[in-house]
Amino acid sequence: MSKVAVIGVGQSRFVRSYPGSIRELAFEGFSEAMQDAGMTPKDISASVICSAPEYDKQRSPAGVFAEYLGLNPQPTFYAESLCSSSSTGLRLAYSLVASGLHDSVAVIGFQKMSEISSSESQDLMGRGADIQWESPFGTMMPAYYAMYAQAHMQRHGTTPEDLSLIRVKSATYGQLNERAVYRKPVTLEMFADPENRMCGPVSSPLRVGDCCANADGSSCMIVANAETAKAFSAKPVWILGIGAASTSVNLASRDLFTGLTVAREAGRQAYEMAGVGPKDIDVAEVHDCFTIAEMMAYEDLGFAEEGQGKELIRARETYREGSIPVNVDGGLLSKGHPVGATGGSQIRTIVLQLRGEAGDIQVPDPQIGLVHNIGGVGLYGNVTIFGR
Amino acid sequence: MGKKPDIDDRFKKFGTVSFTGISKTNDFIDYLEKGQVMGTRCKDCGASFFPPRADCCHCLTSNMDWFEVSGAGKLVSFSHLGFAPVAFKEDLPYCIALLDYGDFKVFGRIGGDVPNSEIKIGAEMKTVVNQLPGGQLNYVFEKA
Repeated sequence: MSKVAVIGVGQSRFVRSYPGSIRELAFEGFSEAMQDAGMTPKDISASVICSAPEYDKQRSPAGVFAEYLGLNPQPTFYAESLCSSSSTGLRLAYSLVASGLHDSVAVIGFQKMSEISSSESQDLMGRGADIQWESPFGTMMPAYYAMYAQAHMQRHGTTPEDLSLIRVKSATYGQLNERAVYRKPVTLEMFADPENRMCGPVSSPLRVGDCCANADGSSCMIVANAETAKAFSAKPVWILGIGAASTSVNLASRDLFTGLTVAREAGRQAYEMAGVGPKDIDVAEVHDCFTIAEMMAYEDLGFAEEGQGKELIRARETYREGSIPVNVDGGLLSKGHPVGATGGSQIRTIVLQLRGEAGDIQVPDPQIGLVHNIGGVGLYGNVTIFGR
Repeated sequence: MGKKPDIDDRFKKFGTVSFTGISKTNDFIDYLEKGQVMGTRCKDCGASFFPPRADCCHCLTSNMDWFEVSGAGKLVSFSHLGFAPVAFKEDLPYCIALLDYGDFKVFGRIGGDVPNSEIKIGAEMKTVVNQLPGGQLNYVFEKA
Protein backbone atom coordinates (compact mmCIF):
# COMPACT_ATOMS: atom_id res chain seq x y z
CA MET A 1 0.00 0.00 0.00
CA SER A 2 1.59 3.28 -1.05
CA LYS A 3 2.36 5.96 1.51
CA VAL A 4 -0.07 8.86 1.88
CA ALA A 5 0.63 12.09 3.78
CA VAL A 6 -1.07 15.27 4.90
CA ILE A 7 1.10 18.14 3.66
CA GLY A 8 -1.09 21.17 4.29
CA VAL A 9 -3.66 22.11 6.93
CA GLY A 10 -5.80 25.13 7.61
CA GLN A 11 -8.97 26.26 9.31
CA SER A 12 -10.96 29.43 9.75
CA ARG A 13 -11.71 30.84 13.19
CA PHE A 14 -14.81 29.06 14.44
CA VAL A 15 -17.37 31.79 15.17
CA ARG A 16 -21.04 32.12 16.15
CA SER A 17 -21.97 33.88 12.97
CA TYR A 18 -19.69 34.13 9.96
CA PRO A 19 -20.01 37.52 8.19
CA GLY A 20 -19.85 36.05 4.70
CA SER A 21 -21.20 33.35 2.39
CA ILE A 22 -20.34 29.66 2.49
CA ARG A 23 -17.93 29.91 -0.45
CA GLU A 24 -16.10 32.75 1.31
CA LEU A 25 -16.03 30.65 4.49
CA ALA A 26 -14.56 27.68 2.58
CA PHE A 27 -11.89 29.97 1.12
CA GLU A 28 -10.51 30.67 4.61
CA GLY A 29 -9.62 27.06 5.43
CA PHE A 30 -8.54 26.33 1.86
CA SER A 31 -6.21 29.31 1.45
CA GLU A 32 -4.43 28.61 4.73
CA ALA A 33 -3.92 24.94 3.88
CA MET A 34 -2.70 25.71 0.36
CA GLN A 35 -0.21 28.28 1.66
CA ASP A 36 0.87 25.77 4.30
CA ALA A 37 1.52 23.22 1.53
CA GLY A 38 3.17 25.81 -0.72
CA MET A 39 0.72 24.93 -3.49
CA THR A 40 -1.52 26.74 -5.92
CA PRO A 41 -4.87 25.31 -7.13
CA LYS A 42 -3.33 23.85 -10.30
CA ASP A 43 -1.22 21.54 -8.05
CA ILE A 44 -4.40 19.89 -6.73
CA SER A 45 -5.57 16.85 -8.66
CA ALA A 46 -9.08 16.47 -7.14
CA SER A 47 -11.21 17.95 -4.37
CA VAL A 48 -13.74 16.58 -1.88
CA ILE A 49 -16.20 18.98 -0.25
CA CYS A 50 -17.68 17.91 3.10
CA SER A 51 -20.58 19.18 5.22
CA ALA A 52 -23.91 18.16 6.71
CA PRO A 53 -26.79 19.14 4.42
CA GLU A 54 -29.68 21.59 4.88
CA TYR A 55 -27.99 24.25 7.01
CA ASP A 56 -27.60 26.51 3.98
CA LYS A 57 -29.47 26.71 0.69
CA GLN A 58 -26.75 25.63 -1.78
CA ARG A 59 -27.67 22.27 -3.23
CA SER A 60 -24.52 20.50 -4.41
CA PRO A 61 -21.83 22.80 -2.95
CA ALA A 62 -18.88 20.95 -4.54
CA GLY A 63 -19.20 22.54 -7.96
CA VAL A 64 -19.70 26.05 -6.59
CA PHE A 65 -16.67 25.74 -4.30
CA ALA A 66 -14.45 24.20 -7.01
CA GLU A 67 -15.24 27.21 -9.18
CA TYR A 68 -14.61 29.75 -6.39
CA LEU A 69 -11.38 28.10 -5.25
CA GLY A 70 -9.91 27.78 -8.76
CA LEU A 71 -10.23 23.99 -8.79
CA ASN A 72 -11.84 23.53 -12.19
CA PRO A 73 -11.62 21.36 -14.26
CA GLN A 74 -10.37 18.81 -11.70
CA PRO A 75 -12.91 16.25 -10.42
CA THR A 76 -14.90 17.33 -7.38
CA PHE A 77 -17.76 15.87 -5.33
CA TYR A 78 -19.63 16.10 -2.02
CA ALA A 79 -19.14 13.71 0.89
CA GLU A 80 -21.30 13.51 4.00
CA SER A 81 -21.38 11.43 7.18
CA LEU A 82 -22.86 14.03 9.55
CA CYS A 83 -20.28 15.24 12.10
CA SER A 84 -17.57 12.96 10.68
CA SER A 85 -17.90 14.33 7.14
CA SER A 86 -14.42 15.79 6.86
CA SER A 87 -12.64 12.71 8.22
CA THR A 88 -14.69 10.72 5.73
CA GLY A 89 -13.31 13.21 3.19
CA LEU A 90 -9.84 12.25 4.41
CA ARG A 91 -10.64 8.54 3.95
CA LEU A 92 -11.81 9.23 0.40
CA ALA A 93 -8.73 11.35 -0.33
CA TYR A 94 -6.51 8.58 1.05
CA SER A 95 -8.18 6.11 -1.30
CA LEU A 96 -7.95 8.42 -4.32
CA VAL A 97 -4.21 8.90 -3.70
CA ALA A 98 -3.31 5.36 -2.61
CA SER A 99 -5.01 3.95 -5.70
CA GLY A 100 -2.75 6.02 -7.89
CA LEU A 101 -5.68 7.85 -9.45
CA HIS A 102 -4.59 11.24 -8.03
CA ASP A 103 -1.31 12.72 -6.73
CA SER A 104 -2.91 15.25 -4.38
CA VAL A 105 -6.41 15.87 -3.07
CA ALA A 106 -7.82 18.88 -1.23
CA VAL A 107 -10.42 17.98 1.45
CA ILE A 108 -12.53 20.99 2.35
CA GLY A 109 -14.92 20.81 5.29
CA PHE A 110 -17.36 23.60 6.07
CA GLN A 111 -20.53 24.44 7.94
CA LYS A 112 -22.49 27.64 8.24
CA MET A 113 -25.06 26.96 10.96
CA SER A 114 -26.02 30.56 11.67
CA GLU A 115 -28.40 30.97 8.72
CA ILE A 116 -31.06 29.04 10.67
CA SER A 117 -32.32 29.53 14.25
CA SER A 118 -31.17 27.40 17.19
CA SER A 119 -34.49 25.56 17.36
CA GLU A 120 -34.48 24.91 13.60
CA SER A 121 -31.00 23.56 14.10
CA GLN A 122 -32.24 21.18 16.85
CA ASP A 123 -35.01 20.13 14.48
CA LEU A 124 -32.41 19.27 11.83
CA MET A 125 -30.36 17.30 14.32
CA GLY A 126 -33.46 15.33 15.35
CA ARG A 127 -33.76 14.38 11.69
CA GLY A 128 -30.17 13.12 11.73
CA ALA A 129 -31.71 9.99 13.26
CA ASP A 130 -34.24 7.56 11.73
CA ILE A 131 -36.91 9.97 10.43
CA GLN A 132 -39.54 7.27 10.00
CA TRP A 133 -39.38 5.54 13.38
CA GLU A 134 -37.49 7.72 15.90
CA SER A 135 -37.68 11.39 14.87
CA PRO A 136 -41.50 11.40 15.29
CA PHE A 137 -40.88 11.05 19.05
CA GLY A 138 -39.08 14.41 19.10
CA THR A 139 -35.50 13.23 19.31
CA MET A 140 -32.44 15.47 19.18
CA MET A 141 -28.72 14.87 19.42
CA PRO A 142 -28.15 15.89 23.07
CA ALA A 143 -31.06 13.64 24.11
CA TYR A 144 -29.52 10.61 22.39
CA TYR A 145 -26.12 11.17 23.98
CA ALA A 146 -27.91 11.81 27.29
CA MET A 147 -29.31 8.27 27.13
CA TYR A 148 -25.73 7.03 26.84
CA ALA A 149 -24.69 9.21 29.78
CA GLN A 150 -27.56 7.81 31.86
CA ALA A 151 -26.49 4.23 31.08
CA HIS A 152 -22.78 4.96 31.67
CA MET A 153 -23.52 6.49 35.07
CA GLN A 154 -25.72 3.58 36.08
CA ARG A 155 -23.32 0.89 34.95
CA HIS A 156 -19.92 2.42 35.79
CA GLY A 157 -20.61 4.93 38.55
CA THR A 158 -19.55 7.88 36.42
CA THR A 159 -20.85 11.08 38.04
CA PRO A 160 -22.00 14.46 36.70
CA GLU A 161 -18.86 15.88 38.33
CA ASP A 162 -16.70 13.57 36.20
CA LEU A 163 -18.38 15.04 33.13
CA SER A 164 -17.84 18.56 34.52
CA LEU A 165 -14.10 17.81 34.83
CA ILE A 166 -13.98 17.17 31.10
CA ARG A 167 -15.58 20.54 30.40
CA VAL A 168 -13.13 22.25 32.75
CA LYS A 169 -10.21 20.68 30.85
CA SER A 170 -11.68 21.77 27.54
CA ALA A 171 -12.01 25.39 28.69
CA THR A 172 -8.39 25.39 29.89
CA TYR A 173 -7.32 24.94 26.29
CA GLY A 174 -10.14 26.93 24.71
CA GLN A 175 -8.60 29.97 26.38
CA LEU A 176 -5.33 29.26 24.52
CA ASN A 177 -6.93 28.66 21.10
CA GLU A 178 -7.51 31.82 19.06
CA ARG A 179 -9.65 29.88 16.60
CA ALA A 180 -12.11 28.63 19.26
CA VAL A 181 -15.63 30.03 19.66
CA TYR A 182 -15.73 29.62 23.48
CA ARG A 183 -12.72 31.14 25.20
CA LYS A 184 -13.94 31.83 28.75
CA PRO A 185 -12.82 29.88 31.83
CA VAL A 186 -15.08 27.16 33.19
CA THR A 187 -14.72 25.98 36.79
CA LEU A 188 -16.17 23.15 38.85
CA GLU A 189 -17.76 25.82 41.08
CA MET A 190 -19.91 26.94 38.14
CA PHE A 191 -21.37 23.43 37.93
CA ALA A 192 -22.02 23.40 41.68
CA ASP A 193 -24.10 26.59 41.50
CA PRO A 194 -27.67 25.77 40.31
CA GLU A 195 -28.15 29.39 39.17
CA ASN A 196 -25.16 29.20 36.86
CA ARG A 197 -25.91 28.86 33.16
CA MET A 198 -23.65 25.79 32.96
CA CYS A 199 -26.21 23.87 35.06
CA GLY A 200 -29.19 24.59 32.80
CA PRO A 201 -30.95 21.29 31.95
CA VAL A 202 -30.63 20.17 28.34
CA SER A 203 -31.64 16.50 28.49
CA SER A 204 -31.16 14.55 31.69
CA PRO A 205 -28.43 14.09 32.88
CA LEU A 206 -26.72 16.46 30.42
CA ARG A 207 -26.55 20.19 31.25
CA VAL A 208 -25.63 23.23 29.14
CA GLY A 209 -22.01 22.82 30.26
CA ASP A 210 -21.91 19.28 28.87
CA CYS A 211 -22.72 20.42 25.33
CA CYS A 212 -20.67 21.91 22.52
CA ALA A 213 -21.93 25.02 20.75
CA ASN A 214 -22.97 25.36 17.14
CA ALA A 215 -20.50 27.42 15.14
CA ASP A 216 -19.63 28.49 11.62
CA GLY A 217 -16.28 27.33 10.30
CA SER A 218 -14.20 25.71 7.59
CA SER A 219 -11.18 23.45 7.52
CA CYS A 220 -8.94 22.02 4.82
CA MET A 221 -6.32 19.27 4.46
CA ILE A 222 -4.05 18.66 1.48
CA VAL A 223 -3.44 14.93 1.06
CA ALA A 224 -0.61 13.72 -1.18
CA ASN A 225 1.38 10.71 -2.31
CA ALA A 226 5.01 10.28 -1.24
CA GLU A 227 6.50 11.86 -4.36
CA THR A 228 4.33 14.96 -4.15
CA ALA A 229 4.90 15.17 -0.39
CA LYS A 230 8.65 15.15 -0.96
CA ALA A 231 8.40 17.86 -3.60
CA PHE A 232 6.32 20.25 -1.51
CA SER A 233 6.71 19.52 2.19
CA ALA A 234 9.58 19.52 4.66
CA LYS A 235 7.42 17.85 7.31
CA PRO A 236 4.83 15.51 5.79
CA VAL A 237 2.64 13.77 8.34
CA TRP A 238 1.94 10.19 7.25
CA ILE A 239 -1.36 8.34 7.58
CA LEU A 240 -0.28 5.14 9.35
CA GLY A 241 -3.70 3.65 10.00
CA ILE A 242 -7.23 4.49 8.98
CA GLY A 243 -10.40 2.75 10.15
CA ALA A 244 -14.11 3.30 9.73
CA ALA A 245 -17.38 1.66 10.75
CA SER A 246 -21.14 2.11 10.88
CA THR A 247 -23.86 0.85 13.16
CA SER A 248 -27.63 0.84 13.10
CA VAL A 249 -29.11 4.32 13.21
CA ASN A 250 -32.07 2.98 15.20
CA LEU A 251 -31.19 2.63 18.88
CA ALA A 252 -33.60 -0.32 18.85
CA SER A 253 -31.08 -2.42 16.92
CA ARG A 254 -28.11 -1.64 19.18
CA ASP A 255 -26.74 -3.63 22.10
CA LEU A 256 -24.15 -1.26 23.60
CA PHE A 257 -25.25 1.92 25.38
CA THR A 258 -22.13 2.74 27.41
CA GLY A 259 -19.80 3.15 24.42
CA LEU A 260 -19.86 3.57 20.65
CA THR A 261 -19.29 0.37 18.66
CA VAL A 262 -18.25 2.40 15.61
CA ALA A 263 -15.37 3.95 17.58
CA ARG A 264 -14.24 0.56 18.89
CA GLU A 265 -14.30 -1.02 15.44
CA ALA A 266 -12.75 1.93 13.59
CA GLY A 267 -10.09 2.17 16.30
CA ARG A 268 -9.35 -1.55 16.06
CA GLN A 269 -8.83 -1.27 12.29
CA ALA A 270 -6.61 1.81 12.58
CA TYR A 271 -4.43 0.33 15.35
CA GLU A 272 -4.02 -2.90 13.38
CA MET A 273 -3.11 -1.11 10.15
CA ALA A 274 -0.64 1.18 11.93
CA GLY A 275 0.84 -1.68 13.96
CA VAL A 276 0.44 0.28 17.22
CA GLY A 277 -1.70 0.14 20.36
CA PRO A 278 -3.38 2.68 22.65
CA LYS A 279 -0.23 3.06 24.75
CA ASP A 280 1.73 4.22 21.69
CA ILE A 281 -0.51 7.23 21.10
CA ASP A 282 1.24 10.45 22.19
CA VAL A 283 -1.55 12.91 21.50
CA ALA A 284 -5.21 12.52 20.51
CA GLU A 285 -8.21 14.45 19.28
CA VAL A 286 -11.54 12.82 20.11
CA HIS A 287 -15.10 13.78 19.23
CA ASP A 288 -16.29 15.59 22.36
CA CYS A 289 -19.62 16.90 21.06
CA PHE A 290 -20.79 16.24 24.63
CA THR A 291 -18.68 15.55 27.71
CA ILE A 292 -19.99 11.97 27.83
CA ALA A 293 -18.69 11.45 24.29
CA GLU A 294 -15.12 12.19 25.42
CA MET A 295 -15.57 9.94 28.46
CA MET A 296 -16.68 7.04 26.22
CA ALA A 297 -13.88 7.76 23.74
CA TYR A 298 -11.24 7.18 26.45
CA GLU A 299 -12.65 3.66 26.87
CA ASP A 300 -13.59 2.94 23.24
CA LEU A 301 -10.03 3.76 22.11
CA GLY A 302 -8.40 1.76 24.91
CA PHE A 303 -6.88 4.73 26.75
CA ALA A 304 -8.76 3.43 29.79
CA GLU A 305 -10.39 0.11 30.61
CA GLU A 306 -14.17 -0.21 30.28
CA GLY A 307 -15.78 2.05 32.87
CA GLN A 308 -12.45 3.54 33.98
CA GLY A 309 -12.58 6.68 31.86
CA LYS A 310 -13.46 8.65 34.97
CA GLU A 311 -10.14 7.66 36.60
CA LEU A 312 -8.26 9.17 33.65
CA ILE A 313 -9.89 12.58 33.91
CA ARG A 314 -9.87 12.61 37.73
CA ALA A 315 -6.10 12.04 37.61
CA ARG A 316 -5.66 14.73 34.91
CA GLU A 317 -3.97 12.17 32.62
CA THR A 318 -5.63 13.70 29.54
CA TYR A 319 -4.23 17.17 30.17
CA ARG A 320 -1.24 18.30 28.09
CA GLU A 321 1.20 17.16 30.80
CA GLY A 322 -0.56 13.84 31.32
CA SER A 323 0.13 10.38 29.98
CA ILE A 324 -2.40 10.72 27.11
CA PRO A 325 -3.13 14.35 26.14
CA VAL A 326 -6.64 14.54 24.66
CA ASN A 327 -8.24 17.57 23.01
CA VAL A 328 -5.59 20.05 24.08
CA ASP A 329 -6.89 22.45 21.42
CA GLY A 330 -10.11 22.81 23.42
CA GLY A 331 -12.01 20.10 21.56
CA LEU A 332 -15.49 20.58 20.14
CA LEU A 333 -16.65 21.73 23.59
CA SER A 334 -14.57 24.90 23.30
CA LYS A 335 -13.87 25.26 19.58
CA GLY A 336 -17.52 24.83 18.70
CA HIS A 337 -18.80 22.25 16.23
CA PRO A 338 -19.27 23.48 12.67
CA VAL A 339 -20.34 19.99 11.68
CA GLY A 340 -18.59 19.48 8.35
CA ALA A 341 -15.41 21.31 9.39
CA THR A 342 -14.78 19.55 12.69
CA GLY A 343 -12.87 16.48 11.44
CA GLY A 344 -10.49 18.68 9.49
CA SER A 345 -9.87 20.83 12.56
CA GLN A 346 -9.04 17.78 14.68
CA ILE A 347 -6.68 16.53 11.97
CA ARG A 348 -5.05 19.97 11.69
CA THR A 349 -4.29 19.98 15.42
CA ILE A 350 -2.67 16.53 15.28
CA VAL A 351 -0.63 17.45 12.19
CA LEU A 352 0.65 20.63 13.90
CA GLN A 353 1.45 18.63 17.05
CA LEU A 354 3.48 16.06 15.10
CA ARG A 355 5.34 18.81 13.25
CA GLY A 356 6.18 20.54 16.54
CA GLU A 357 4.22 23.61 15.40
CA ALA A 358 1.44 23.62 18.02
CA GLY A 359 2.74 26.58 20.04
CA ASP A 360 1.26 26.98 23.55
CA ILE A 361 -0.45 23.60 23.44
CA GLN A 362 2.55 21.64 22.11
CA VAL A 363 2.87 18.17 23.60
CA PRO A 364 6.60 17.27 24.06
CA ASP A 365 7.95 15.47 20.98
CA PRO A 366 4.93 13.40 19.91
CA GLN A 367 5.65 10.60 17.40
CA ILE A 368 2.15 9.22 16.90
CA GLY A 369 -1.19 11.00 16.96
CA LEU A 370 -4.81 9.81 16.72
CA VAL A 371 -8.01 11.45 15.49
CA HIS A 372 -11.43 10.03 16.49
CA ASN A 373 -14.31 11.69 14.64
CA ILE A 374 -17.89 10.45 15.03
CA GLY A 375 -21.04 11.15 13.00
CA GLY A 376 -24.38 11.57 14.81
CA VAL A 377 -24.83 9.47 17.92
CA GLY A 378 -22.20 7.02 16.73
CA LEU A 379 -23.84 6.25 13.39
CA TYR A 380 -20.51 6.69 11.64
CA GLY A 381 -16.98 6.60 13.02
CA ASN A 382 -13.56 7.33 11.58
CA VAL A 383 -10.32 6.75 13.49
CA THR A 384 -7.06 7.84 11.85
CA ILE A 385 -3.53 7.37 13.18
CA PHE A 386 -0.75 9.71 12.04
CA GLY A 387 3.03 9.53 12.34
CA ARG A 388 6.17 11.48 11.44
CA MET B 1 -58.28 12.89 -18.43
CA GLY B 2 -57.29 9.96 -16.18
CA LYS B 3 -58.00 10.04 -12.46
CA LYS B 4 -54.93 10.51 -10.28
CA PRO B 5 -54.28 7.26 -8.39
CA ASP B 6 -55.13 7.45 -4.66
CA ILE B 7 -52.04 7.85 -2.54
CA ASP B 8 -51.91 5.64 0.56
CA ASP B 9 -50.17 7.94 3.03
CA ARG B 10 -51.48 6.46 6.28
CA PHE B 11 -48.00 6.78 7.78
CA LYS B 12 -48.63 10.53 8.13
CA LYS B 13 -50.46 9.67 11.37
CA PHE B 14 -47.37 8.41 13.20
CA GLY B 15 -45.85 10.57 15.92
CA THR B 16 -46.36 14.20 16.96
CA VAL B 17 -45.00 15.00 13.52
CA SER B 18 -44.52 12.32 10.89
CA PHE B 19 -41.68 12.95 8.46
CA THR B 20 -42.67 9.95 6.31
CA GLY B 21 -46.06 9.89 4.62
CA ILE B 22 -45.89 6.71 2.63
CA SER B 23 -44.44 3.37 3.57
CA LYS B 24 -45.07 -0.22 2.58
CA THR B 25 -45.58 -0.75 6.32
CA ASN B 26 -48.62 1.56 6.33
CA ASP B 27 -50.68 -1.25 7.96
CA PHE B 28 -48.70 -0.42 11.16
CA ILE B 29 -50.98 2.60 11.51
CA ASP B 30 -54.17 0.53 11.22
CA TYR B 31 -52.84 -1.73 13.97
CA LEU B 32 -52.06 1.30 16.16
CA GLU B 33 -55.65 2.47 15.67
CA LYS B 34 -56.75 -0.92 17.01
CA GLY B 35 -54.47 -0.48 20.05
CA GLN B 36 -51.76 -2.86 18.84
CA VAL B 37 -48.02 -2.25 18.40
CA MET B 38 -46.77 -4.64 15.73
CA GLY B 39 -43.46 -5.86 14.32
CA THR B 40 -42.83 -8.03 11.26
CA ARG B 41 -41.27 -11.44 10.85
CA CYS B 42 -39.83 -12.83 7.61
CA LYS B 43 -41.81 -15.85 6.40
CA ASP B 44 -38.76 -17.21 4.58
CA CYS B 45 -36.01 -17.00 7.22
CA GLY B 46 -37.86 -16.15 10.46
CA ALA B 47 -35.93 -12.94 11.22
CA SER B 48 -37.92 -10.52 13.47
CA PHE B 49 -37.93 -6.79 12.93
CA PHE B 50 -38.90 -3.98 15.21
CA PRO B 51 -39.56 -1.38 13.91
CA PRO B 52 -41.42 -3.44 11.29
CA ARG B 53 -39.98 -3.77 7.81
CA ALA B 54 -41.55 -4.68 4.48
CA ASP B 55 -38.30 -6.23 3.20
CA CYS B 56 -35.92 -8.84 4.60
CA CYS B 57 -32.30 -7.85 4.01
CA HIS B 58 -31.07 -11.32 5.01
CA CYS B 59 -32.87 -13.29 2.32
CA LEU B 60 -33.65 -10.35 0.02
CA THR B 61 -37.36 -11.14 -0.20
CA SER B 62 -40.41 -9.17 0.90
CA ASN B 63 -42.73 -11.75 2.53
CA MET B 64 -43.61 -10.66 6.05
CA ASP B 65 -46.04 -11.70 8.79
CA TRP B 66 -47.04 -9.23 11.50
CA PHE B 67 -46.52 -10.07 15.19
CA GLU B 68 -47.70 -8.17 18.28
CA VAL B 69 -45.35 -6.53 20.77
CA SER B 70 -46.85 -7.71 24.03
CA GLY B 71 -45.81 -8.20 27.62
CA ALA B 72 -43.04 -6.43 29.52
CA GLY B 73 -39.57 -5.31 28.51
CA LYS B 74 -36.73 -3.87 30.60
CA LEU B 75 -35.85 -0.18 30.45
CA VAL B 76 -32.40 0.17 28.83
CA SER B 77 -32.03 3.93 29.19
CA PHE B 78 -34.00 7.18 29.07
CA SER B 79 -33.67 10.97 29.11
CA HIS B 80 -36.00 13.81 30.11
CA LEU B 81 -35.79 16.55 27.49
CA GLY B 82 -35.34 20.11 28.78
CA PHE B 83 -36.23 21.62 25.44
CA ALA B 84 -37.45 20.24 22.15
CA PRO B 85 -37.18 20.65 18.39
CA VAL B 86 -39.54 23.30 17.00
CA ALA B 87 -42.40 20.95 16.11
CA PHE B 88 -42.39 19.16 19.47
CA LYS B 89 -42.42 22.10 21.88
CA GLU B 90 -46.06 21.53 22.85
CA ASP B 91 -45.23 17.97 23.97
CA LEU B 92 -42.77 19.09 26.68
CA PRO B 93 -41.99 17.70 29.16
CA TYR B 94 -41.36 14.26 27.67
CA CYS B 95 -38.90 11.46 28.24
CA ILE B 96 -37.46 9.39 25.37
CA ALA B 97 -36.60 5.80 26.25
CA LEU B 98 -35.62 2.37 24.98
CA LEU B 99 -37.24 -0.91 26.12
CA ASP B 100 -35.60 -4.32 25.69
CA TYR B 101 -37.82 -7.30 24.90
CA GLY B 102 -34.92 -9.69 24.34
CA ASP B 103 -35.38 -10.54 20.65
CA PHE B 104 -35.96 -6.91 19.80
CA LYS B 105 -36.10 -3.47 21.43
CA VAL B 106 -38.62 -0.65 21.17
CA PHE B 107 -37.72 3.06 21.11
CA GLY B 108 -40.42 5.45 22.29
CA ARG B 109 -41.42 7.70 25.18
CA ILE B 110 -42.26 7.06 28.80
CA GLY B 111 -45.99 7.57 29.50
CA GLY B 112 -46.75 11.03 30.90
CA ASP B 113 -48.27 9.65 34.12
CA VAL B 114 -45.30 7.50 35.18
CA PRO B 115 -43.70 9.19 38.23
CA ASN B 116 -40.01 10.04 37.80
CA SER B 117 -39.15 7.87 40.81
CA GLU B 118 -40.37 4.80 38.85
CA ILE B 119 -38.19 5.56 35.84
CA LYS B 120 -35.03 3.53 36.40
CA ILE B 121 -32.75 1.47 34.17
CA GLY B 122 -33.94 -2.15 34.48
CA ALA B 123 -37.56 -1.25 35.31
CA GLU B 124 -40.18 -3.57 33.78
CA MET B 125 -42.49 -1.68 31.46
CA LYS B 126 -45.02 -2.42 28.74
CA THR B 127 -45.67 -0.74 25.37
CA VAL B 128 -49.05 0.94 24.97
CA VAL B 129 -50.58 2.82 22.04
CA ASN B 130 -51.06 6.53 22.78
CA GLN B 131 -53.40 9.07 21.18
CA LEU B 132 -51.88 12.46 20.38
CA PRO B 133 -53.60 15.71 19.44
CA GLY B 134 -54.94 15.98 15.92
CA GLY B 135 -55.57 12.24 15.49
CA GLN B 136 -51.87 11.35 15.55
CA LEU B 137 -50.69 8.14 17.20
CA ASN B 138 -47.52 6.92 18.88
CA TYR B 139 -46.70 4.48 21.68
CA VAL B 140 -45.45 4.98 25.22
CA PHE B 141 -44.09 2.85 28.02
CA GLU B 142 -46.16 2.30 31.16
CA LYS B 143 -45.33 0.39 34.33
CA ALA B 144 -45.78 -3.34 33.70
